[in-house]
Amino acid sequence: MTASLPLTIPSTTDDVWSVSQLSASVKRLLEGHPMPLWVRGEVVQCKVWSSGHWYFTLRDKKTQVRCCLFGLNAARAGKPPADGTEVYVLGRPGLYEEKGEFQLVVSRILPTSAVGMKQQELERVKALLQQDGLFDPARKRRLPSYASTIALVTSRDGAAVHDVVTVTRKRWPCARLLVVAAKVQGEGAVEDLVRALRLVNRLPGVDLCIVGRGGGAREDLAAFNSEAVCRALAAVRVPTISAVGHEIDISLTDLVADVRAATPSAAAELAVADRRDVLRLIDDLSVRLASGLTGRTRLVAERLARAADRLHGRAEAALDLRRNQVERLAAQLEALSPLKVLGRGYAVPIAPDGRVLKRQAEFVRDERFQLRVVDGTIDARVES
Amino acid sequence: MPRAQNSADTAPLATELARLEEIVRKLEAEDLELDEALRLFEEGVSRLRSARERLSAAELKVQAVLEEAGGDLRLADLDG
Repeated sequence: MTASLPLTIPSTTDDVWSVSQLSASVKRLLEGHPMPLWVRGEVVQCKVWSSGHWYFTLRDKKTQVRCCLFGLNAARAGKPPADGTEVYVLGRPGLYEEKGEFQLVVSRILPTSAVGMKQQELERVKALLQQDGLFDPARKRRLPSYASTIALVTSRDGAAVHDVVTVTRKRWPCARLLVVAAKVQGEGAVEDLVRALRLVNRLPGVDLCIVGRGGGAREDLAAFNSEAVCRALAAVRVPTISAVGHEIDISLTDLVADVRAATPSAAAELAVADRRDVLRLIDDLSVRLASGLTGRTRLVAERLARAADRLHGRAEAALDLRRNQVERLAAQLEALSPLKVLGRGYAVPIAPDGRVLKRQAEFVRDERFQLRVVDGTIDARVES
Repeated sequence: MPRAQNSADTAPLATELARLEEIVRKLEAEDLELDEALRLFEEGVSRLRSARERLSAAELKVQAVLEEAGGDLRLADLDG
């Protein structure tokens, strides 16, 4: 059956259509819409069949459309609405071919009053939390620069764990992730989230806490708008990130947490540094450490030369030979460490108490001292 | 109680890097005695090495936190 409605060519009896062909074409046309739509209307004549399916009519002042809600979706929807109930339904337009009837195949149904009540409850909780200062910008803590242990409060089976693990493994594999599993939607989710958040406070060594879930329908995010969960989140002792994956809505935990992330993956990006950046910082510090020693090395060489001047006997003879070299090399000693200077044959005299002996006056006849050379120390004594 | 492995046993990386920054600044400031400069340089080299090792060797550890009936906490490795 490949015919499509010839909308632009005049029809004749020569290319007559069967009813089935017409229906199939109309069905294709109707059901080409890939995304379900939210439709608002008033329910009348809702009938529940023994199969569990619901059939009802949705109408407004002028028109009406037949709707069906199949078994599984109907079971989730609770009690069938009474006549006249204002509802939102989520559905796809379709054609019931046997009857040639246009219908809406509904997957969700929500009384508008319930939505209104939910909104009111949300506003009430929000006002309470605001009054208690839980959204106060002054409360916001900074995230640690290099978190090493991160607690993740989310559903054990959800996508959030996988997403956070993936991002963290890529950016900051030296971290440790502690997954505190909690129910994030449905009955008992609020209590479970509160329990999990309290548990985070009992974990030693945690630097940061992420709480969240992957994307869900608006009703599925209700726990993240609950007062109890918000207060438990505010009581977490380490900085927090709320990551409730819903593009449009902001949940109350987003407002209470120190930082809000749009998704669990985004939370992980905020939570940990990128190892490559930190390695670059370490490289930079290495270079500065070496070049910081450049000036220091010059001074070391000069001091060694002066020490040689003041030493007598065999030590002086040996060092004297090198003194000119020291002066010549001093200018070239950029980036060489003091240890390397010792490697060229210099020694640092060190008193038994650890002081470096720098002046003649510090050498007392017959007193012992140590010469630090590149690979160790030599016991020495002042002879004259 | 589970032990904190990364944070309590060694100084946090932030502390380590802050100390390195301090060492470098001191060395750059040019008013140090030789023995102090030597000591700082050696400390800096060893801290740089340990910071680098810490970043390179590690593999992400994922653990589930489980609460026992008595309220004790236990960690179990997850494949992640």
